[in-house]
Amino acid sequence: MSNTLFDKVWDSHVVHQITGGPDVLFIDRHLVHEVTSPVAFLGLKNRDVKVMSPERTFATADHNTPTINQHLPVADPLSAKQLKALEENAAAHGISYWGLGHEKNGIVHVVGPEYGITQPGATIVCGDSHTSTHGAFGAIAFGIGTSEVEMVLSTQCIMQPKPKTMRITVDGKLSKGVTPKDVALFIISQLSTSGATGYFVEYAGEVFKSLSMEGRMTVCNLSIEMGARGGIIAPDEKTFEYIKDREFTPKGEAWNKAMNYWSTLETDSDATFDKEYIFEGSTIEPMITYGTNPGMGMGINGGIPKAESLDGGVATYKKSLDYMGYKEGDSMIGKKIDFVFLGSCTNGRIEDFRAFTEIIEGRKKADHVTAWLVPGSHKVLNAIKDEGLLDILQTAGFELREPGCSACLAMNDDKVPSGKYAVSTSNRNFEGRQGPGSRTLLASPTVAAAAAVMGVVTDPRTLI
Amino acid sequence: MAYDKFNTLISSAVPLPIENVDTDQIIPARFLKATERVGFGDNLFRDWRYNQDNSPKSEFPLNDSKYTGSILVGGKNFGSGSSREHAAWAVYDYGFRCVVSSFFADIFKNNCLNVGVLPVQVSAEFLKNIFTAIENNSQSQLIVDLQSQTISIEGTEYSENFDINSYKKENMLNGFDDIDFLMNIKDQIGEFAKKTPL
Repeated sequence: MSNTLFDKVWDSHVVHQITGGPDVLFIDRHLVHEVTSPVAFLGLKNRDVKVMSPERTFATADHNTPTINQHLPVADPLSAKQLKALEENAAAHGISYWGLGHEKNGIVHVVGPEYGITQPGATIVCGDSHTSTHGAFGAIAFGIGTSEVEMVLSTQCIMQPKPKTMRITVDGKLSKGVTPKDVALFIISQLSTSGATGYFVEYAGEVFKSLSMEGRMTVCNLSIEMGARGGIIAPDEKTFEYIKDREFTPKGEAWNKAMNYWSTLETDSDATFDKEYIFEGSTIEPMITYGTNPGMGMGINGGIPKAESLDGGVATYKKSLDYMGYKEGDSMIGKKIDFVFLGSCTNGRIEDFRAFTEIIEGRKKADHVTAWLVPGSHKVLNAIKDEGLLDILQTAGFELREPGCSACLAMNDDKVPSGKYAVSTSNRNFEGRQGPGSRTLLASPTVAAAAAVMGVVTDPRTLI
Repeated sequence: MAYDKFNTLISSAVPLPIENVDTDQIIPARFLKATERVGFGDNLFRDWRYNQDNSPKSEFPLNDSKYTGSILVGGKNFGSGSSREHAAWAVYDYGFRCVVSSFFADIFKNNCLNVGVLPVQVSAEFLKNIFTAIENNSQSQLIVDLQSQTISIEGTEYSENFDINSYKKENMLNGFDDIDFLMNIKDQIGEFAKKTPL
């Protein structure tokens, strides 16, 4: 036996192999949202084909939804039309649909695990690159384009060449104030945004073992930001504990049978990877980005690298710093910020709200900072209230919004104005990502909380 | 949907010598609200192409009349970020049939192949030669021959082979898509599904 975890799951889902071409891969679970699905459903209509496995397909509205007044009709006519299209398509094909206002509604990658749709050993796809999130459970999960959404709707398969494998091991322990987000931003800063392109990444080592399921989700979520198709972590007791008794997980005898299989899901000791990286957890600091891609990150107390230290790409680098209004060598500590966004499929879960609240408790939001706190789902929203976090947040001058993708991609009205700086717990700091002209600093909920109360970039360890 | 056959393309090219061009630049999220695949070309590179008052930015290559053609040449790591196929649609709808770069992000590359845009990955040196050729003569012609998997700069000795898997190559040459293939083996898939628990 010498297979990686990834090999085991992939190989068991190959329906058909084409010599010199892609594998036909069977998909266990297909998550659907309103933005990348309408043209795929149109394709089905044009071919007069029905969805092959509605019971394997789950639809939710998240990307294009308002995060206030969700009980009112959606004001933007184009957004309303797109939401209506998903509702009608789901109804026409017998797909369960968790639309706006539904108690199970939320960000597709938050609700999938919450209801046990996400399971070890499964293949999971969605027309969204952050589908990699679900790899935290030992599933092969990755984002696909709309043509592929149409393939999965009509045949429950996609056609892709098998990616190469990479293992990233982080040994040791994390220091105080260092979160899963920092681990991911650190790795991306080391590998660059294209360092894992063509690979599927397995995360291994003490640090990932010690993370909660939510922390593992944050790490796997960000795999795509170094170019990887996805990330995967071997399931363990924490995984089984998390998924047990959720709505869509097997029960009774079926659970025992599943457990027998899931327990085999690990990389064999003599298996080899196409590429390996090993890092030491204790060297990782709270991270922040200073540029316009997620690879442009650094320890929060560092200085912005000088262009001369780079291996090429100087013109692009300078363009990026110009956009951000920063200079080479600048320290990030003390930089004034205007907005804080807590949320997204990266950091919109309950543990993220706990981490944020821990920092702001007993303090006040800085007057000039606009803060958008957006839970990943209704379940998260309810937990925030039930655990008493809402009271603490409100006392500190924060408001809570309703679930959705929100300012992560700013398809709705949650847009950061041109030229303004946002410390964001989301996943992308691309030019204009959070609104035309917006400037994004990616960071953990802990760093975001410190910035929210101090009004400038602050090392959160000074507030713990 | 099936698309036009791709065989040999001889065209001038539009240069975009920027690295890490992400799909949020190719098509910003606020233009993803459509329920049909129409009009995406108008918003290709929207925020690099237009000022916020919608006036064109004259220095951007797509607004520079000396650059024409159905080939887009981009810097390293082209198409990173969001999986939005709308980015590939925007490239296609604008009129590009081929994108050349020294490195592509996975999902964008796959999306291009699925919509009939040929992604051609060349060496860093060859990419530099293309940019130089266009800088010297904006109407420099590139010859992309899918059958022989070669790309050349006309009137020069510069020529290079590029990779594409044989299945995708046949699809591009014939205008077939993956769904045609999958529908043909649907019985086999159905058998597989039966033995795969939910």
